[in-house]
Amino acid sequence: MHETTTLLIEVGALLFLLGLLGRLGRRIGLSPIPLYLLAGLVFGHGGVLPLAASEEFFAVGAEIGVILLLVMLGLEYSAGELVGNLRSAAPAGLIDGVLNALPGAAFALLLGWNWVAAVVLAGITWVSSSGVIAKVLADLGRLGNRETPVVLSVLVIEDLAMALYLPLLTAVLAGTGLLGGGIALAVAVGTVLLVLVVAIRYGHLISSALSAKDPEALLLGVLGLTLLVAGVAAKLQVSAAVGAFLVGIALSGPVAHHATEMLSPLRDLFAAVFFLFFGLVTDPRDIPPVLLPALGLAVVTMGTKTLTGYLAARRVGIKEPGRWRAGLALVPRGEFSIVIAGLAVAAGSVEPRLAALATAYVLITVVTGPMLARLPDFAWFKQWLRQRAARQRMEAAVTATTD
Amino acid sequence: MRVRVEQTALPGIGMRHDLVTESGHRLGVVSHRNGRRDLVLYDPDDPDSCQADIPLTDDEAEALADILGASLMLGQLSGLREQAAGLLTEQIAIPAGSKYVNRRLGDTKARTRTSASIVAVLRRGEVIVSPDPTFRFDAGDVVVVVGTRQGLDGVSEILADSDPDG
Repeated sequence: MHETTTLLIEVGALLFLLGLLGRLGRRIGLSPIPLYLLAGLVFGHGGVLPLAASEEFFAVGAEIGVILLLVMLGLEYSAGELVGNLRSAAPAGLIDGVLNALPGAAFALLLGWNWVAAVVLAGITWVSSSGVIAKVLADLGRLGNRETPVVLSVLVIEDLAMALYLPLLTAVLAGTGLLGGGIALAVAVGTVLLVLVVAIRYGHLISSALSAKDPEALLLGVLGLTLLVAGVAAKLQVSAAVGAFLVGIALSGPVAHHATEMLSPLRDLFAAVFFLFFGLVTDPRDIPPVLLPALGLAVVTMGTKTLTGYLAARRVGIKEPGRWRAGLALVPRGEFSIVIAGLAVAAGSVEPRLAALATAYVLITVVTGPMLARLPDFAWFKQWLRQRAARQRMEAAVTATTD
Repeated sequence: MRVRVEQTALPGIGMRHDLVTESGHRLGVVSHRNGRRDLVLYDPDDPDSCQADIPLTDDEAEALADILGASLMLGQLSGLREQAAGLLTEQIAIPAGSKYVNRRLGDTKARTRTSASIVAVLRRGEVIVSPDPTFRFDAGDVVVVVGTRQGLDGVSEILADSDPDG
């Protein structure tokens, strides 16, 4: 009985604290993710006030948190949107992958870590945070902007790429070797394609099996189906997160709409638990030694992300200011980077400092990213762009006359 | 529609429609999945960015659409009533017993007899603007008439005239 009481007190106190932190975050215009991570660091292993009784609860909660994050991400898109977007946005997605995954991998090798860590770090630096970016765009009133579809389609491609990357990572982390990894990837690609085809052709059938009219049945049905598929996917080494993502994709219409509404509060709860848990299992004493490398990595990959957005926007004929807005908006990394780091830490086969590095990295980008996104709205930035444009015109005129 | 409306998908958010007006301004509507709509106005100096992003509730969007749409006609008429002294508008219901139920507007010869014009008919919440002489009345239609006080009374009397056969 004593154990349960301590558990209740710890869980209750931490959740209450997260609530206060979330409120504080909104006050100062900050995403709550870094605050949850910090809270985890304070109360976890080696923190100021380590809590022990509730760790198992938070471990399970964190698992559910990842699954809910991914199923909600899937619910946001219809299969048609994903596939329709693929052709037009594939070049931008490719630039994105090359410019942002490679620096991460190179950095891990530079630190003398093994290639598994390189694959993990590549993923961490690659993926922008859909959640944070969507919120920043809405807060800055940029949903109507003409560069916004570019930003969104880069995010969509990243999410699709994750559906292939996560199973691959799971295989690599399990150490199944080249052949095993190849088979795992083939299975993953096959599954993802199969689900997309089924979702486009028969999505309405799956949706009609779950009635949107009875809220209780819908909640239990969708949650149950998601956990079930996620569990089966994990058993097949395809990663639970991808299974959940695909369930989200397959649901459509009013069922998806109502499920989004009902799962949102659950997602908020368990996602907070997930970020907290990641902080809990990271020893804050590991952070100071990796702080400088994390800062360096953050500066480099924030630069490459900005370049990605800039180039992607230029491809579709957006003018100079819009290109900067698109680039700087893409900077924050968040939930996905933590998901990837979490998988690596759980597998236990990578460099232990990786969790600390990932935490510091995400803290840096997710705090500075939304601030950087505001840069193009400042008068001095616009002034600088105008001067740059004028100089370029002058140089062009000079070369034209000398020719 | 002679105006070219551009439609752009916003994956995960919804849909954006925008158009360029004859005066060179770009404006658009962002329709969110959850039914929310934002009216956006683009910056003339930087046509990729929106200057204003105005969230509208369902009711507000509907009201705005109404103002921009058909019932603008009625709005203008009520403005006219204040400006031009002596010219009035009135909404007159066609009673069920009227002899013009199921007969054509032209049959009333309202304009020739009273010099007031029937400019619109309201039928079950819909507005039929400028009905032509072949338009057939239904019981419960409300006609919008413009004219002098005398003319309006005249039309009212004509339409109230009950069917001798009925």
